[in-house]
Amino acid sequence: MSEHTNNHDDQEHHHKETFVTKYIFSQDHKMISKQYLITGLFMGFIGIAMSLLFRLQLAWPDHQFTVYEIFLGKWAENGVMDPNVYLSLVTIHGTIMVFFVLTAGLSGTFSNLLIPLQIGARDMASGFLNMLAYWLFFLSSIIMIFSLFVEAGPASAGWTIYPPLSALPQAMPGSGAGMTLWLVSMALFIASSLLGSLNYIVTVINLRTKGMSMTRLPLTIWSFFVTAIIGVVSFPVLLSAALMLIMDRSFGTSFFLSDIYIAGEVLHNQGGSPVLFEHLFWFLGHPEVYIVILPAMGLVSEIMATNARKPIFGYRAMIASILAIAFLSTIVWGHHMFVTGMNPFLGSVFTFTTLLIAIPSAVKAFNWITTLWKGNLKMNTGMLFSIGFVSTFISGGLTGLILGDSALDINVHDTMFVVAHFHLVMGISALYGLFAGIYHWYPKMFEGRMLNKKLGYIHFWITAIGAYGVFFPMHFIGMAGLPRRYYTNTNFPYFDDLTDINVVITFFAFFAAIGQLVFLYNFFNSMFYGKKGGKNPWNSTTLEWTAETKHIHGNWDGPIPEVHRWSYDYSKMNKDESDYVIAGQDYVPQHIPIQDNEEELHH
Amino acid sequence: MTVFLIVLVIVLFGLAVWQINKMYQLSQTDHSETSELATDEDNNRQGYYLLAFVFFIYGLLILCFWLWGDVLLPVAASEHGLETDQLFLVTMILIFVTGIFTQWLLHYFAFVYRGSKNKKALFYAENHKLEFIWTIIPVIVLAGLIIYGLFTWSDIMSFDEDEDPLVIELYAYQFDWRARYAGDDNSLGEANVRLIEGVNQLGVDISDPNAQDDMVVNEIHLPIGRKVLFKMRSQDVIHSAYMPHFRAQMNCVPGMVTQFALTPNMTTEDMRLEDDVITKVENINAIRTKKNIGLAAKGEEELEMYEFDFLLLCNKICGSSHYNMQMKIIVESEEDYNAWIAEQAPLAVTLKN
Repeated sequence: MSEHTNNHDDQEHHHKETFVTKYIFSQDHKMISKQYLITGLFMGFIGIAMSLLFRLQLAWPDHQFTVYEIFLGKWAENGVMDPNVYLSLVTIHGTIMVFFVLTAGLSGTFSNLLIPLQIGARDMASGFLNMLAYWLFFLSSIIMIFSLFVEAGPASAGWTIYPPLSALPQAMPGSGAGMTLWLVSMALFIASSLLGSLNYIVTVINLRTKGMSMTRLPLTIWSFFVTAIIGVVSFPVLLSAALMLIMDRSFGTSFFLSDIYIAGEVLHNQGGSPVLFEHLFWFLGHPEVYIVILPAMGLVSEIMATNARKPIFGYRAMIASILAIAFLSTIVWGHHMFVTGMNPFLGSVFTFTTLLIAIPSAVKAFNWITTLWKGNLKMNTGMLFSIGFVSTFISGGLTGLILGDSALDINVHDTMFVVAHFHLVMGISALYGLFAGIYHWYPKMFEGRMLNKKLGYIHFWITAIGAYGVFFPMHFIGMAGLPRRYYTNTNFPYFDDLTDINVVITFFAFFAAIGQLVFLYNFFNSMFYGKKGGKNPWNSTTLEWTAETKHIHGNWDGPIPEVHRWSYDYSKMNKDESDYVIAGQDYVPQHIPIQDNEEELHH
Repeated sequence: MTVFLIVLVIVLFGLAVWQINKMYQLSQTDHSETSELATDEDNNRQGYYLLAFVFFIYGLLILCFWLWGDVLLPVAASEHGLETDQLFLVTMILIFVTGIFTQWLLHYFAFVYRGSKNKKALFYAENHKLEFIWTIIPVIVLAGLIIYGLFTWSDIMSFDEDEDPLVIELYAYQFDWRARYAGDDNSLGEANVRLIEGVNQLGVDISDPNAQDDMVVNEIHLPIGRKVLFKMRSQDVIHSAYMPHFRAQMNCVPGMVTQFALTPNMTTEDMRLEDDVITKVENINAIRTKKNIGLAAKGEEELEMYEFDFLLLCNKICGSSHYNMQMKIIVESEEDYNAWIAEQAPLAVTLKN
């Protein structure tokens, strides 16, 4: 570490940067993080726009909308949406939001931005691999978008792409070229994610500055670190599933197919099992939701402590619960499969492990609430989104007690209840984490410029009301027995009374989406016209705020700061309780040595 | 068209809010406010908003129950369903108590401790006793839930061959269902999709003696009070046999046979007389009558009035008509069931013709 510090001045300052090396094929973690963010936001725009289209369809199934024809062309002649294209929209919405926005856009952005800056490193362990990871992600995004334009339509077997539906073009048009592109795109995405994750792990282990022990790391770094580990453990399994599916589709193997009669003929496939695919898929798929939510938890912990002017409550318990959640997340995948014909005894095991996750989750929620207690809360937009995060995490997480319990899951499995649950607990919560992070670290990304707070407040309140307005009522249509992925429920008179609820949900969905336009405007406008907020606008303790405001390769103009304390010395008093440790300043940055008038605590 | 207007109004409303805000911002520029940091005034205002928000959440919850409490599924029509509903209720109560309590703490603290220049935060980093308490309470509560859940689950799933259940095969394909009754011997004949030919749509092995008395139907009839064992098969892709009123669901997976056993404890007639169901059906028919006025004006065919029936629907994405895979289930008295089954023709007869 110290060697790295010393050599730095000789090595890194004298590159001649061209437009291409600075903005496109950049190896600088700060630029790469912005690339991830903007690609992620772009994909998010598409994903949310798709959800608005299918929300219109669900609310007014009998109505003809010209807007369908504008965006969907031949798949919506005369303004009537084709059922296959409805399924495509749902599928691609799910894929984009889970992988491209909440995995790459959230974890990619903030791991890249914060890991080097907060641990006190000049850059990632391998800048080149980091660049490669981003460009693989970019390529995979391009292929995913390209798949929207193929003749027979994009993938439409649901984001979980269960075979045989996804394996057989005879089963649905989307399982032709669209699915091939989906699989290629995901394979690249996995490669990108692995390169990124390995880099994060190595960087956190090797490049911490002097004094930065693991127990002095901000919780953001802990969460990125553990997220990267789960990613490395579980993403390869999805890759294997994808490869086997590609072989089943193109080379006549029978990993997942057996005894199928479709389109008037018997297929030769024998001996495969779709349930095997489900196991492989969910072995990634479940950790994936924690890959999405853990970074958000880390960001929220950090932002909440800073804005509450208090240390995060129970730092070690927070780390322990991140580790516990990460460990448990890899042994609960079967709760997605209680009614797939899996052995009922396995169902019991997975119920047991699944409900255990509630324990570390509860510890985290209580610790956040206690962090607010007796604080001096600065209601910056990042703080509001952090509080919103805890709120939706609780509301969405609690219904997990129903879904995780095999006996109860029987009747709500695959209904709209599930959709409501996971959108609140991982979709909305992770988005809140993303927004909180953007509002908080925007000055770090854009050289001191800050987002407009008034627009931020408007954005938060519209989103908060919209999110609950969409997903509270959705639980009810689920508990009424309405399955998910239904193009329309008008074929069942029994569900006629749910149409009104669908209209309300769609109304709130549009309301919330308009709020996001406010954010987009704020985001791009502030890039050029945002007010500058100084080097450490939030009076934060962590190292990134000691780095230069102007982006330079290597982050610190002089030597890397040395760390003398943990990252949560907010409002710490001196020994005789007469004033803060540094008189008149309610925080002590990590690089300030322990003062004479201060008691050293071991956290 | 009305929808367009609504969308337009929403968009314009959004634009108006945005413009008002911009005007507000412009008028603010002369004042001292030069930074994007929250001021004491912001802290105060947002603190009140957060307190209001927790009441918004409670209000929304109450409103949802008040408006839509009657759309929920009626009482379970199967023996195990009564037990899972009990467990559901216990879990729901727990969820509401925890949810209402923690949301209150979160938003109330955000309100009370909203910041100001004169306030100081308390340096309060840990308290092992507190942390122990809120670890051990979930542990105990969850231990209870897990044990309760596991007993219920194993009761539903473990099933005793001695009970002599009525065996019925549910056969799923894109995009419909068939049911095969096992007949007098109560055992199903062997079947495989490779044997599908002509009228033998389910690929039953005609040479199997057990298959001779099997009966293929497209409407399920069940006698009340007798255990039924459903054996599920799929012809093409994964489907899921979902019978919400019986709290029953199992996927139909190509290449394997899955199963689910249940005992219906209410006939269709009984269910139609349930208060919840009567209200629900009245609501639905009111909606349909209203729609018919519109349809009649356009000269289109009117909707039939709805009468309650148990349903089997597909609950696993299976293709373009996934939203319309349904079969009627009728639960009736033993005599009515026997009369109905006697009318069905066995495969030995139907396949010979």
